[in-house]
Parts: sequence; C-alpha cells; structure tokens
Amino acid sequence: MKREFTCIVCPNSCELVAEIEGKEIKSIEGALCKRGDEYVVQEIKDPKRTIATSVKVIDGEIPLASVRTTKPIPKDKIFEVMEEIKKVKVQAPVQINQVIIENVLNLGSDIIITKSVGIQKCIERVNKEVVAS
Amino acid sequence: MNIIKKDAVILGGGPAGLAAALKLKEKGIDNIIILEREKKTGGILRQCIHDGFGIVRFKEALSGPEYADRFVQEVQRQNIEVQTEATVIGLTNDKIVTAATKEGLKKYQAKVVILTMGCRERTRGAISIPGTRPAGVYTAGVAQSYINLKNIMIGKKVVILGSGDIGLIMARRLTLEGAEVLAVIEKQPYPSGLPRNIEQCLNDYNIPLYLSHTVTNIQGKERLESVTVSKVDEKGQAIEGTEKEYNCDTLILSVGLIPENELSLQAGVELHPRTKGPIVDENLQTNVEGIYAAGNVLHVHDLVDFVSIEGEKLAESAAKYIKGEKGYESIIPVTTDHTINNVVPQKISGEQDVEISLRVSKPSKDGQIIMQQGNKVIMMKKFKKLNPAEMIHIKLKKEEIQSKEEIKVVVG
Repeated sequence: MKREFTCIVCPNSCELVAEIEGKEIKSIEGALCKRGDEYVVQEIKDPKRTIATSVKVIDGEIPLASVRTTKPIPKDKIFEVMEEIKKVKVQAPVQINQVIIENVLNLGSDIIITKSVGIQKCIERVNKEVVAS
Repeated sequence: MNIIKKDAVILGGGPAGLAAALKLKEKGIDNIIILEREKKTGGILRQCIHDGFGIVRFKEALSGPEYADRFVQEVQRQNIEVQTEATVIGLTNDKIVTAATKEGLKKYQAKVVILTMGCRERTRGAISIPGTRPAGVYTAGVAQSYINLKNIMIGKKVVILGSGDIGLIMARRLTLEGAEVLAVIEKQPYPSGLPRNIEQCLNDYNIPLYLSHTVTNIQGKERLESVTVSKVDEKGQAIEGTEKEYNCDTLILSVGLIPENELSLQAGVELHPRTKGPIVDENLQTNVEGIYAAGNVLHVHDLVDFVSIEGEKLAESAAKYIKGEKGYESIIPVTTDHTINNVVPQKISGEQDVEISLRVSKPSKDGQIIMQQGNKVIMMKKFKKLNPAEMIHIKLKKEEIQSKEEIKVVVG
C-alpha cells in the first residue's frame, strides 16, 4: 500500500511516498534529507507533535508568557497536555528556558517558557487598582 | 532643533533591523541607533509563539520570541543604542529622520538610513468583501496578538479566509484554545501557505480547506452571525448557485501582506509594482543613495531566517558605504515575465556573485528556473517542485553573467 506524507520537520515540506506492507515499511521516497525518512517512520508508528501555547503571568508587565514543549509529544495527547498547561500560573519575573512543568504527563517532554516577562511596574499596578475600585 | 548625527539610523527593531545593527557593529560601525515604535524590540516575532523558527540559522526549532531574544540580547551586550516607543514620522532623501518619542521630537542626520519596517496585513477593505460591518472580523495577525499577547479570546466558531501561513497557524492556535474552526477558504486553486503548515495546522486537527472558494457575504448586526461562501471560477468570479452559509461568530482574514513603505515614499524611494517594496540593487540599496532596505519591507519572506540573513547582507554593503568605499555600479536590470511573481534585487552590477530571491507565480512539478540574457541561457536550476508559498534563493556567479544586457528570470 502506498501512503503519502508531507514532511513537517523543515521548511522544505518534502512530499514523501512510503510503500507499506502490513506493519512493515518497504521503502520511503522523496526526502531531501534523512530526517524525512525518520519522520515517516515516526508518523506511521507513533505520530508526535510539538505544541506552543501560553500561561498566565501574575504581576507581569504583560498578562501572558509563551511556552512550548521541549520534545515532540504523541499527537493524541495534545489536548491533555494543553489542559495541564492551562492549570499553570506563574509569578513574574519569568525567564526564557525556565521549566514550568517537568516531564509533562510522563511523556518525556518539559514545558518551558519561551519569553522573559518582567514585573509590572508598581505605579502601573496601583493605577490599575485605583481604576478598578 | 538639535540634530543628532548618526552613521546609521535603523527604522524598525524587528529581525531585519536587529541583524543589520549587529553586523554593522561587527564591521566597526559604532554610531548606530535603532528606532522602534513598540515598547520592545523583536518585531512581529514577539507574538509568533509557535515553533519552527531558526531551523536554517540555528539548526533548532525555536519559537518566535526565542529567536528574537537571541538578537535582542546580543544588541544589548554590544551596547547598541535602541530608542523604543519612537514613531518615525519623517524621512527625507538627504537622510534626515524625524521621530516622535516620549521625550519629544528628535531629529537625526544619518549617513545611511536602513529601512526595516516590515509589512502590514491586507484587510477586509483591501479585498472588498460585501455585507454588514459587525464585530468579529479580524486579520490573522491581530487575532494572534489578542490571543498570544493580550490574553483575549476572539471567538468560538471561526471561519478563516485565505490560506496564508499566519491564517493556518491561527487555525491550529484557535483549536488548541477550544474554538471550533469550521473551514479555511482559499480563492486560489492552490494553498498560499507552506505545505508543512497545511499538514500540521489543518490536517492534524481535521480542519477542511476549500480551494477555489471565497467569502461573498458577511451577515450580522452587532456581532458576526454568518458568512456566505461561494465557489469561484478560473477568473476568481463567484459562481452563482454555489453559496453555502456558515454560522460563525468570527471571520479571520489571512489574505496577504504588503511591505510597509509610507516612509520610504516620503524620501523618494522608488517602489516595485510587484513586490510593493523598494527597487534595490545587489547591495540592497534603493534608488536614493545611502538608503537601504531589507526584510519584509523589501519583499515578503516565508522564513525569518532569510530576513536576518538579508539584514546582515545589507549591513555589509552599508558599512562599506559609511567608510567611503565605492561599490560597483548596478546597471544590469533583472526582470521577469508572468511565470515569476517577483524578483529581488532588480538590478545588479555583474562584477560579483549575487543571490537572486524570487517567488514563482503558480505551483508546478519538475520545473526549472532559467536566467537568460538575450537568447542565451546563462543559468538553469531544476526543482522537484515549485511553490509560490516558498521563496527561492539562487546564486548567480559572476562568470555566468555574459554581458551588461538585461537578465530575464523565468520558469522554463
């Protein structure tokens, strides 16, 4: 059986064709580099993706800090991992590379901060509180 | 008003501007300033939180903020002057830059001005969608900024018009945040975004993509209530009787980017009708001597890695100009026909190797890019596939250039 893939590893977006018999991969054609072949093998056996989202920052100069997985996670766990990330709130300041969830759901990937967020300046906070009250 | 003298004034602190500043510094040019409109440098990368940036340059899949941070940190370490919350309101052809800042108006006399203002999104007005004018119609970049920077969710049931990369990425982002993306509608018979984004942003989440379709009406009083989608013929005209209603509260437009060149025009910089960016020579210098351009202000890129590389290339030539070295004169025009959407640079000297960047006008398989002078083919490169979504970079060697005659770049 022939199955077609679009490799998502790099911007080349190689179009790959794999010849599959049962669970065995007979051949993979079309990749410009070996990462394409690895991608197809992964995609057939256990498709994985990276995800990026954000978490709330308390007292931050902006309300969100972006985060991402350090390694790809199984595709069917994406929404479960999103739920785990949504539970997290961090206290400003946060730094790039700071781990906020270690080994999320035992999937072998950490969730790290991808944007440093400083503390909201005192005066701005007071102003906001005054307006709010 | 006191006029501050600078070797280089850089308009915009995004990836092109930051890379240009660092390269100038490396080349021994110290008297530089970056003028940035926002509170922080980093440009649009600040809101592009998805990963995949830097694969070419750093061999890593970074998020936008991480990619930007590498340059932002280095600019700080190198003590390069940055003025944020500075809106440039004036640029003259003798390189006087006027900026509105918190401390009032500032005027700079630059030896070189570096244009790195990026691009802006096409809006509903630009594509003239009929219908009412309710809330709930956003461009993809604005939606991205609301969700990723301001923590504002923009809607629950979404239709996306246009299959540009930002639109595709927002389809995935909205799905992850719990919204339902009903469909992505594309007027062309092929997608505008990169195939890898069709795969990982739409196919992964079972979001349908309708090619040769467009939005032909918008309904809703206060908030968007529904959109009408129709099939289009080869000329892009809606076909009557093919209308389909989508009940949705949000329409996202991802219908193209336009280089942001209002300031360039003020200085008399000539723009190219196809790229909508300045016409440049191989040094990335515009028709106004000492004014250079790189990044999305010059032509819209697919990858930020090449924006940075372009910024650096610009800075190498600009540094020479500042030091008073005279470069080669670019007298060979580089032109195209209908098979190529645009080509940069539009003129070269023929005295050194150059890199030509281009986009083809429609997708094809096993095609080739041909460069010819008169009837002679001077360069030919084969490609397994050609896709308008991808920018192609081709090196043209000095020895390959035969004469001072015009070079025509075509798909053969």
